[in-house]
Amino acid sequence: MKLITAIKDGDLLARLTGDIDHHSAAGIREEIDRLLEKERPARLLLDLGETDFMDSSGLGLILGRKRKTEEMGIGLILINPTEGCLKILHLAGMENQIETKYV
Amino acid sequence: MKEIINSARVRFPALSRNESFARTLTAGFLMHLEVTPSQLADIKTVVSEAVTNAIVHGYRGEEDKKGEVLLELCFYRNRVLLIRVTDHGRGIENVEKAMEPFYTTDREGERSGMGLPIIRAFCDSVRLVSRPGFTRITMKKKL
Repeated sequence: MKLITAIKDGDLLARLTGDIDHHSAAGIREEIDRLLEKERPARLLLDLGETDFMDSSGLGLILGRKRKTEEMGIGLILINPTEGCLKILHLAGMENQIETKYV
Repeated sequence: MKEIINSARVRFPALSRNESFARTLTAGFLMHLEVTPSQLADIKTVVSEAVTNAIVHGYRGEEDKKGEVLLELCFYRNRVLLIRVTDHGRGIENVEKAMEPFYTTDREGERSGMGLPIIRAFCDSVRLVSRPGFTRITMKKKL
């Protein structure tokens, strides 16, 4: 798993490439939350276009960031989620609860 | 008992980095068994969930305590894959509750509570047996 982050037009862009599991989720969570606090972006854009694998730990990561961005009063958008990500979100009944964009 | 085409038993330390090892190992086991990409993704997911449960809940992430996880894979002539994950950790207090969507004993760790429900959704049958010092989940999926 590799996390690449950038600030673009006031948004925090976080690109998650590789596998999101319990082992990798903790580090991703810490880094994204640190940047959310530091940068206070308008929105958090989670780019899942190159996420090869995601299990319920990835779901926990996304739901946790949903909670966090709601608390901060900022937007959360999922960018290009892969079929595997969507399947897990669907099982949790979340696929229509988070704004999703394909670019 | 149905004729066994191939089987594997692997024991590894309950370290979180072995979650990806267990997935890779399973993918290797399935390599010559004509599995669709979607089936492969489902199987990797359930292995990941079961092994993560053993590490996070069975051993509470106590990586220095020498806990071990046993992963067994068995593929039968009738194209049924059996996956079994065993740990000797704390055990699950309430197996029925653990199966409920969004139920988790670990909110702090941002667990979604969807591990076992995902396993149930992706497998044809699931059997979970647990007592203090022993937890075993047996999953079957027709391929």
